[in-house]
Amino acid sequence: MTADPIVRVTGLRKSFGATLVLDGISFDVRAGEAVALLGANGAGKTTLLKILSTLWRPTRGMATVAGFDCAREPERVRERIGLVAHGSLVYDDLTALENLRFWSVLGGGRAGDGALREALAAVELEPYAGDRVRSFSAGMKQRLSLARVLLAHPEVLLLDEPMAGLDQRGRKWLEEHLQAFKAGGGAILMVTHSFGQGLSVADRVVILAGGRIALDAPRASLPPDELARLYALHTEEAP
Amino acid sequence: MKFARRAFIVVWKDLLIEGRSKETLNALFFFSLLLIFLFQFALGPDHERLAAALPGLLWLGFILSALLGLGRTFVLERDNDCWDGLRLAPGDKSAIYLGKLAGNLLLMLVVEITLLGLFATLFNVDVGRALPALALVIGLGTIGLAAVGTLFAAMTAHLRARELLFPVLLLPIQVPVLLATVKATEAALLGEPLGSVAHWLKLLAAADVIYVAIGVLTFDFILEG
Repeated sequence: MTADPIVRVTGLRKSFGATLVLDGISFDVRAGEAVALLGANGAGKTTLLKILSTLWRPTRGMATVAGFDCAREPERVRERIGLVAHGSLVYDDLTALENLRFWSVLGGGRAGDGALREALAAVELEPYAGDRVRSFSAGMKQRLSLARVLLAHPEVLLLDEPMAGLDQRGRKWLEEHLQAFKAGGGAILMVTHSFGQGLSVADRVVILAGGRIALDAPRASLPPDELARLYALHTEEAP
Repeated sequence: MKFARRAFIVVWKDLLIEGRSKETLNALFFFSLLLIFLFQFALGPDHERLAAALPGLLWLGFILSALLGLGRTFVLERDNDCWDGLRLAPGDKSAIYLGKLAGNLLLMLVVEITLLGLFATLFNVDVGRALPALALVIGLGTIGLAAVGTLFAAMTAHLRARELLFPVLLLPIQVPVLLATVKATEAALLGEPLGSVAHWLKLLAAADVIYVAIGVLTFDFILEG
């Protein structure tokens, strides 16, 4: 892990009126590294992800992706990130293939049918290429969302509860894909409410509590019991 | 070229979804039918009264159905957070505006042609000779209406009172367009040469250029909220 940080967050604060959600967060994510961001509801995880994905602006401090300021240079950041959020960002009345075509062209790509079908095959949705998304399960929508993102070849994946709605097979499948993305030099910041999900992908674990970083440690240094104890300690929530 | 492809894919997506769901078109056709029957009932068979009122009634029908249709422009973008997807797509956001505008124009023209056909049939009005002139006037008026409507639909998409605010914002801005279209439509239906209403047509064309330019220049800020 000697690569320069591709995601850098420095003294980040975000408040909504009088409510302070993020209170001076600082951390880095390097190329080829995956960071799991844990925390109870309202800890500021999704807020941090929204700032990094340029959807929200910070109140103070700075977040950069590949050296570009998320607030001042959102277009440059958007060319480098892929966001898989709570909403799948797909249209229910389009087929899986049509959804990929739409987002690919809108993002400035020129992916042909072959490339789009390959992307669907990569997320095991090729047999459903012509089916409308309305008929998809939550897990299938999540996979389509990932295909949409990976088609743009992002350098950084921002994932908000990526395992939600996936069954055990789906989780295993997603973990394998994220490992492959990491191995290809991509950086991952993965927000999760449940520390048991997706942690095998993570190289580092960051626990957010009360808008601050309560713990930032290599995952390998934390046995599962110790992580559970620290999570409960900082979030006052049973793991 | 990339800009045109991005604008086209937005039109393609919107029309494909509308073609499958038919939510907006069905509502608009039903609404248009209802309007025509109400007008018929209110005016009766008096041809003189009808001739005097027809341009206004026609545009009243157009604008009421436009309010219904345009207000729904960005509703489907709220499902599954697709609005965020539009924001995150790299590149000039005005391509999205022009794509949405083109999609709205096509839908509005389909409804307007239907309304015109219904008016001609049910009120026994011969619009055949006036068609080229009417096409020009309706085309210019619809561009102005759709340009501002698309922009304001984006502005109000996330507001709780959007159904109320959308017409309140749109209608005052549309006054010059409506005045010009009604006057030009009247001239077209009476068989007068369009040269006699050239000043209204120039106003319409100028309003179209200004409204579309404002939409192109400001859509990025509106999308970003």
